[in-house]
Amino acid sequence: MSTIAAPASAVVPTRPATPKPLSCVARFAGREFRDALASKWFLLYTVAFTVLAVGVSFLSLSGVGSHGFAGFGRTAAGLLNLVMLVVPLMALTAGAGSIAGERERGTLLYLLAQPVSRTQVLLGKHLGLSAALVCSLCIGFGVSAGVLAWRAGGVGVGAFAMLVAFTSLLAVSMLSVGVLISVVSRRTAISTGLALFVWLTLVFVSDLGLMASSVVFKLRVQELFGLASLNPLQAFKMAVIVNMNASLDVLGPAGAYASQTLGGSLPWILASSLVAWTLVPLGTAVLLFEKRGSV
Amino acid sequence: MIRTTGVTKRFGPVEAVSSVSFELDPGGSLALWGSNGAGKTTLIRCLLGVVSFKGQASIGGVDVRRRGRHARALVGYVPQELAFHDDARLGSSMMFFARLRGVGRARAAESLDAVGLSGHERKRVRDLSGGMKQRLALAVALLSEPPLIILDEPTSNLDASGRGEVVATLQRLRQAGKTLLFASHRPDEVISLASRVLVLERGAVIRDTTPAQLWPTEKPVQVVRLYLTMASESAAADVLREAGHAVHLNGHGLCVAVPRDRKAEPIAALARRQIEVRDIEILDDIKTPEAGR
Repeated sequence: MSTIAAPASAVVPTRPATPKPLSCVARFAGREFRDALASKWFLLYTVAFTVLAVGVSFLSLSGVGSHGFAGFGRTAAGLLNLVMLVVPLMALTAGAGSIAGERERGTLLYLLAQPVSRTQVLLGKHLGLSAALVCSLCIGFGVSAGVLAWRAGGVGVGAFAMLVAFTSLLAVSMLSVGVLISVVSRRTAISTGLALFVWLTLVFVSDLGLMASSVVFKLRVQELFGLASLNPLQAFKMAVIVNMNASLDVLGPAGAYASQTLGGSLPWILASSLVAWTLVPLGTAVLLFEKRGSV
Repeated sequence: MIRTTGVTKRFGPVEAVSSVSFELDPGGSLALWGSNGAGKTTLIRCLLGVVSFKGQASIGGVDVRRRGRHARALVGYVPQELAFHDDARLGSSMMFFARLRGVGRARAAESLDAVGLSGHERKRVRDLSGGMKQRLALAVALLSEPPLIILDEPTSNLDASGRGEVVATLQRLRQAGKTLLFASHRPDEVISLASRVLVLERGAVIRDTTPAQLWPTEKPVQVVRLYLTMASESAAADVLREAGHAVHLNGHGLCVAVPRDRKAEPIAALARRQIEVRDIEILDDIKTPEAGR
């Protein structure tokens, strides 16, 4: 072992304070939020979602003479289908680019070389992107609510707020899945590809899989409901329908079973499914990111 | 300031850093020297605690593996190439890192001023020259006035002017008592800045020496870098050593220390053995830290 001696002018090292953990998370969240607002993807997604939401609102209301809450119900049903298609795509791809993008640009090493932990970087990025996504959705829903107020003469504020809240929860949960994908991918292209695969699976394949399973395995109705609740998109759909005071009978026997047996606790169970889809992937991402031996 | 014991890092079957042990006292200046792939960058990453490794490393007595965040608070890191978002403005980037290190706007302005970047706050990072980018990285490294500055080939992407600016700043820091650890492939830099040199080869320390021993500077000398074909580099090094020259291979050509009035001598020695020199670069004049004081 070699020792390098200090020159005569050496100073006694001072000890710069280590920043507080929550303050670091807030710094990263703030930066991520500002970067997202300034980025092309945010602009593109916001414009696309707003245009589609307004389009759906107009189409739902046009020529049917619906007014008041009836008009809102029709629009909300249209928005529900739009959200199920577009929002997971927005959130999954945004999350997929988060860590893999930093890694590919070479900025991740520099960030990790600061007095911060990997967990703080990851949570900060997740928080900032969540805020940006919710902002984007609020713009789309806000304009859509304006159209509803103008054309239908009113908006069911409580039900609309629940639609926005559940959509935000869906977006944050899908963002967590995207971030997890980003942590395990070395390149953005791979990460985005995986995110698209997950999106396709959740949006299209899982429904077909559930239908096929129910036929092949002769699933009981409670098992069918349980499996459907595990899909965040189905959980979101059922939660929104329940909150619009509509009957889950429209979803078939599984919906009817849920309405009859779970009653008032149903929205909470469905919200719990979405919360689990937020926390489990995010927790897994934190663990994997912390354990990763390289940058 | 730094203490490592048996630091080892493997990437699959490849041992990138192999049982490296050394100590560096506060105020010391250590250069990591070696060819590409010798393990300089990986060793730096181990010291920063951003990659996992076996062995022990501590900075200022703080265990890098167990308390990495606290250890990194004592370090200012300057990468080979500035890793900021290109669209970001210099001022806002600086403030982000200032807040991350818990220092205020006034200290950020001081730090920018110290590296001569005051007045450029509105510029976007992509519009900065290579030298300005490295000075910005240095400004970030100095934000919280850490006692240790770690630099990974800080001048490798700079022209002579940019290099001179960065080396001059580092010399001032050294004189102010900062501890420096840097990887470099430029002998002039090592001689100007380092008090010790760890020569790395295939991840292991093969020599723990001083710049003066690596490139004797009793007489006025310059370092000449010769570019040869890969196949002939090793043979050329042997020929030049036989001819009494101080030679070092570092993956960026063959560095030869020669008296200033006999710079063609190594080329002639190689020509006599039919070894072709493809290009030649005369590096900056060697100024030892002592000469600079």
